[in-house]
Amino acid sequence: MKIKNNIAVSDSGFIFNPTTGDSFSANPVGQEIFKMLQTAATEEEITANILETYQIDKVRFEKDFYDFVNVLKKYKLLEEIEKD
Amino acid sequence: MKKLQYERPVLQLLNSGTMNKYGTKTEYAPFTHIDGASVHDLTEKFGSPLFVISEKKIRSNFKDANRSFKTRYPKVQFAWSYKTNYLNAVCNVFHQEGSWAEVVSGFEYSKALNNGVPGSKIIFNGPDKTDEDLRTAILNNSPIHIDHLDELYMLQEISEETGQRPKVAIRVNMDTGIYPMWDRFGFNYENGQAWDAINKIMLNDKLDLVGLHCHIGTFMLATNAYSIAAAKLSDLAINIKYKYKKNIQYIDMGGGFPSRNTLKGSYLLGVDTVPTIDQFAEAICTSILNAGFLEEELPLLILETGRALIDDAGFLIGSVISNKRLSDGRRAVIMDFGVNIMFTSFWYDHKITPAQEFSDFTEDMVVYGPLCMNIDVIREHVTLPLLKRNDKVVVHTVGAYNMSQWMQFISLRPAVVMIDKKGVPHEIRKRETINSIESEEIVPEYLKTFSLNGIEKRTG
Repeated sequence: MKIKNNIAVSDSGFIFNPTTGDSFSANPVGQEIFKMLQTAATEEEITANILETYQIDKVRFEKDFYDFVNVLKKYKLLEEIEKD
Repeated sequence: MKKLQYERPVLQLLNSGTMNKYGTKTEYAPFTHIDGASVHDLTEKFGSPLFVISEKKIRSNFKDANRSFKTRYPKVQFAWSYKTNYLNAVCNVFHQEGSWAEVVSGFEYSKALNNGVPGSKIIFNGPDKTDEDLRTAILNNSPIHIDHLDELYMLQEISEETGQRPKVAIRVNMDTGIYPMWDRFGFNYENGQAWDAINKIMLNDKLDLVGLHCHIGTFMLATNAYSIAAAKLSDLAINIKYKYKKNIQYIDMGGGFPSRNTLKGSYLLGVDTVPTIDQFAEAICTSILNAGFLEEELPLLILETGRALIDDAGFLIGSVISNKRLSDGRRAVIMDFGVNIMFTSFWYDHKITPAQEFSDFTEDMVVYGPLCMNIDVIREHVTLPLLKRNDKVVVHTVGAYNMSQWMQFISLRPAVVMIDKKGVPHEIRKRETINSIESEEIVPEYLKTFSLNGIEKRTG
């Protein structure tokens, strides 16, 4: 799972998709996940990082993470994964 | 190192279209206290959901309304509309302020009597008064507002039988230029029904016609309708004086003044569009004063204002059960309160405020109640901060009708707390228990036993 290479993100959480012209804003936790997904970090790595930084348990974060990933998919910000 | 406060990750699409002329709201101040009492402490002590009533707000609303009318008209009397909220503690705040009681059923009549209101200060309205109700009201010298001819005949029969002369008024319905016209209650002004009823009362002499009553609608936004109604009732009163040489003691303008809630479908918020009590007072008082009464014969002006005096004194504290995403991508939040206890969410877009600190990020969402019913929608569309399970919210302006029209459906009705003038909470209605509901049920003996998978069971 990886964010498309052409998606730009600023330090303040402003995200721009040059393909569609859409722009987005993300809150701090959203930005952190977004930036890790740009580096193709795995779900486990992202979870470990968030649990270390924020007051949240694994179960609740998992639910929020999948919801966030679904939003990224909806806005076509993730690389298409080739199926085997 | 201390960990940072977590907030659900959120990504929002930014729209670059034109902003509406009122701009967008970008911050939400948490509503953490009601009259000095902490929202979180209240739910810790009394549970969630929880209705909270501000005594201070009721009293200030009453004083403001009383002042609005008394500075414009010499004889004014408010009568608390029991159906709007008949919790005894609430009623007694109004009675302490000098309100009479206005009731619409035998049940409400009994409540007013139990609260200690003298019979002569209980106005008995409504279409359903039983023979027993009427006899009690007559015995207590209460003004009875006649709704239909059958009631008038019943009163005449009771009067003949007992030799008593009941104090009565007639309810008059009329065209005040608003839609819908409430012509199902009382006698019509324009087609002569009201005069027929007046003639029947005056010529028979079994009943003492002391007043004229109307109640032209609910959540009225046009003050001019009250001006027309007051003029028409005054016209009847002056003609009674002319024809029968009798002074009508009072004109009762009923209720119907709106609260500051926002009606569904309104473009602007209720707080920006609803006329003030002063505007209603001006319309009504000017109309009566200009009707042609002699100064010493001006009738008492009675007002049965309910909603406008109690709605914004009521709050509902609730908790988030869960949040989820709907099939079309919209956020949905499920609260622990539904339309069963917040009936008014069918017609208002209630203001909802979180009760704890939030970041600046917000989401558009649908707010659902906890009922297993598709109609259980509190807000179809509202922008709120990112809510998570167990977060508390405060719903505003819920004091009118919710605590009398609430339904006991699949769960128990919550407690109600009144915050006194010093900020001290008092429980004025306990949270229901299963016993409150089942104590009225009777299971026939032959249905008390059954067998499931060979195991005999018996209902207690």
